Amino acid sequence: MKLLTLNFLTCARKTCKSLPAAFPLHPREAELEQVETDMNAALIKNILPRLEWDAMKTVTTELGLPNLPAETPAPEDLATADGEPSQTLKDLHVLLMDTAVVSGKLVCGNCGHEYAVKEGIANFLLPSHMV
Amino acid sequence: MSRPEDTLPPDLFYNDVESRKYTTSSRIKNIQADMTNRALELLDLKEPSLILDIGCGSGLSGEILSDVSEDEGGPHAWVGMDISSSMLAQALDRDVEGDMLLADIGQGVPFRAGSFDAAISISAIQWLCNAETADVSPEGRLKRFFDGLYASLKRGGKAVCQFYPKNAQQRSMISNAAIKAGFGAGILEDDPETKNVKVYLVLTVGGGDVTGTVS
Ligand SMILES: [Zn+2]
Repeated sequence: MKLLTLNFLTCARKTCKSLPAAFPLHPREAELEQVETDMNAALIKNILPRLEWDAMKTVTTELGLPNLPAETPAPEDLATADGEPSQTLKDLHVLLMDTAVVSGKLVCGNCGHEYAVKEGIANFLLPSHMV
Repeated sequence: MSRPEDTLPPDLFYNDVESRKYTTSSRIKNIQADMTNRALELLDLKEPSLILDIGCGSGLSGEILSDVSEDEGGPHAWVGMDISSSMLAQALDRDVEGDMLLADIGQGVPFRAGSFDAAISISAIQWLCNAETADVSPEGRLKRFFDGLYASLKRGGKAVCQFYPKNAQQRSMISNAAIKAGFGAGILEDDPETKNVKVYLVLTVGGGDVTGTVS
């Protein structure tokens, strides 16, 4: 599960979904993996305004990753003056697209439900009494 | 020929043997690729997008999303949902680039509001009409799915769902559930009146152009 996806995922329970405490899900006992992928600057630029930066900071802190800047990077900081990918863009790419939780749990801050992650796939099947 | 959705729920139907059949049969692969390309054409995405793949299976559609060239507005990033762990295991074997969830779309779509630019679904949503136990109904499952999908798309977002309706009643039950959730909805048929007919439910968030009419 890429950190990008974690920035959009909420608890699946109906009673949680719209509550602020159900997002972001909190990684526990998480094993991380870094896989290099091709840079897609236009994709990052598209997604940037939709990121919840505070959630991004919470999750990276909980995963023991280096601190992020206080605010969402500005779109104009993604390229250097001569139009090349900036360090900011490269850092965002590694953070969002290349860093993934391969195993562990994702825990809802509202109901405490734990979603298991195995081989990078999170199990969101709910027993019918929890739907 | 019996329809798989008439016999078993999808997590049981797509066991390891069926899943392998699904990814190795080149005929199934070609049909699936054609339908994915058609859905992409209908989505008409202009820039690299974040796409939800509903019933992503072994990642055949996802690979196509990852491979859309820059000239054609790609490549796209995607997140897949599927109820079959053996299908997802096949996707892992194929080393697909998207992220995947083991999830039942009839239980909802667990993403915050406005997450995705678009959604795609190939041959999956007719499964929602199976009520597998006494405490869930097809209507309830359709509602949970379309309400969740609607919320997870950004304003102006679009979804294209190719599906195999069992009959006219099921077809209108599905499109009506989408409209009730708030979507602008249209049904498009390729090769109508033939045994190869392909039905696409084209959904838009926040009005916009609607392809065809819902019958
Ligand atoms: Zn919860």
